[in-house]
Amino acid sequence: MAVIELSNVSRAFTVTSRTGFRRTRREVRAVDGLSFTVEPGEVVGYIGPNGAGKSTTIKMLTGILVPTGGSIRVAGVDPSRNRLKLAKRIGVVFGQRTTLWWDLPLKDSFAVLQKMYDVPRARHRENLATFVELLDLGDLLDVPVRQLSLGQRMRGDIAAALLHDPEIVYLDEPTIGLDVISKARLREFLAQVNAERRTTIILTTHDLDDIEALCSRVMIIDHGHQIFDGTLAHLRASQSAPRTLVVDLATSLPPIEVPGATVTKVNGPRQHLTFPTTTKAAPLLAEIAANYPLVDLSVAEPTIESVITQLYTPTPTS
Amino acid sequence: MVERPFDRLRKVPGQYWMLVLMWIRSALAYPASFVFMVGSSMLITVLDFVVIVIMFNHIKSFGGFSLGEMALLYATASMTLGIADLFTGSIERVGERIRTGSMDVYLIRPVPAFVQAAADQFALRRIGRPLQAGVVLVFAFSHLEVDWTVAKGIMLALSMVVGGIIFAAIFVLGASFQFVAIDSAELANAFTYGGQTLTQYPLSVFGKDIVRAVTFVVPLAFVNYYPVLYVLGKPAPLGLPSWIGLLSPAVAVAMVALASLAWRGGLRRYRSTGS
Repeated sequence: MAVIELSNVSRAFTVTSRTGFRRTRREVRAVDGLSFTVEPGEVVGYIGPNGAGKSTTIKMLTGILVPTGGSIRVAGVDPSRNRLKLAKRIGVVFGQRTTLWWDLPLKDSFAVLQKMYDVPRARHRENLATFVELLDLGDLLDVPVRQLSLGQRMRGDIAAALLHDPEIVYLDEPTIGLDVISKARLREFLAQVNAERRTTIILTTHDLDDIEALCSRVMIIDHGHQIFDGTLAHLRASQSAPRTLVVDLATSLPPIEVPGATVTKVNGPRQHLTFPTTTKAAPLLAEIAANYPLVDLSVAEPTIESVITQLYTPTPTS
Repeated sequence: MVERPFDRLRKVPGQYWMLVLMWIRSALAYPASFVFMVGSSMLITVLDFVVIVIMFNHIKSFGGFSLGEMALLYATASMTLGIADLFTGSIERVGERIRTGSMDVYLIRPVPAFVQAAADQFALRRIGRPLQAGVVLVFAFSHLEVDWTVAKGIMLALSMVVGGIIFAAIFVLGASFQFVAIDSAELANAFTYGGQTLTQYPLSVFGKDIVRAVTFVVPLAFVNYYPVLYVLGKPAPLGLPSWIGLLSPAVAVAMVALASLAWRGGLRRYRSTGS
């Protein structure tokens, strides 16, 4: 049974622009005819360029925004009609904005959330202890939220979103602005939560390392349309971004000639060749080894960035 | 587990109180600022009534009201707005929250957005006005010559609550309008804080058009003027029956219904921000 179901969902905004005294209204479809389902326990990376409709989708899934078309079911209910009821079953982290009480110690926010969500006291204590340990929050509990660093605050926000054992967690750019170590720690924590609690996680991000570390499934949205849905490996394979073969020869030679591959760079005895994903690497290597003094080699997969960049269509200038 | 709307309502006072405590403690994080705000708020409200007492050093009656009667009118106006302002005045802050998109945070929590918005940055300093109103009320009782009956006593007590509810409904209507026109908080303030200035005087002194407007358009006359006329046994203006003050609870119910519809409509229109 799918925990999230979208069928042909759209959200249009009326944008008024003013030039001099003339006001023109135009309708912008932030999300247009989106359909997908998510199964319990999945970790889905939801990516797309700025303005693609990621946040709009998340806001419709939480019930904050009412869709202008189509239907949404989350945990069996329509989010915008049952927002309060659904709120207890979901957790939300906005990377750009905190849900904690700014002027009060972190532990006060946690205490009020326990009451707000009617979490049984014993369960709350247990969860809090777990998160304090895993997210290293021990020294931060008595610090007012406004004095926390961005990374510390984000850890606090993530703990806050998970304290009531939500079935689904939406993370909207959770690693934005964090340093490498904080990011790695967060990813590790989220992976653990997903593994131990079977929490469904929907993650929007611009950091593709987040996706590689966490997500079994990737959805890509652009201009409000879904343009890809599948595994990371599938995403790589589906695209024709070229692979790179780096060969070290015994001596410096002019660019070597190999059918099916082209030399892009010569650096002394080292030569870089590119070849399409449809070409198999092994015959290519055999060919090179037979005709040239091959010493060493490496094959580089296309980076996930280059694959995704290829997918995005250029934004029409307006 | 089926949660009926009634269950949800029953939880509201507890949730409201819990949030209010959080905001009071937040305010106490800046103690000097807090003390200053309470002090200045009390000073302003005290000076407000002193003006009326000084005025009565020169005149015997104002719009047919003696000093004691004016004090009763003033106290009820101040008390009703004070109660509404204390409990729901913060709701005007939604404009800012709508503009910056921080309304999102309210909408992901299992507590009605209305409760969270009403408790937003709960300002304890606003308790100054109801306190001042209480003092003026005692002053009024000592200067009044009224044949008190049980009916009049109940009417007066009830009108404080009912008037507070009418003002609160206007606060909520104003806040709801901000979902359509962001930063229109001042429009609502014209009817609440501005309305309070109006209702502390006998409305008949403002002329028939104003009396019509505050009876049939924005029912501010039902907040305290008509109930006070009833208590004092004075005739109602515009040839209206003298028992019109008894309709105040019905007006309050209608205003609450209207405000509730507007608030829901506003939430469904909420657009959030780009990220």
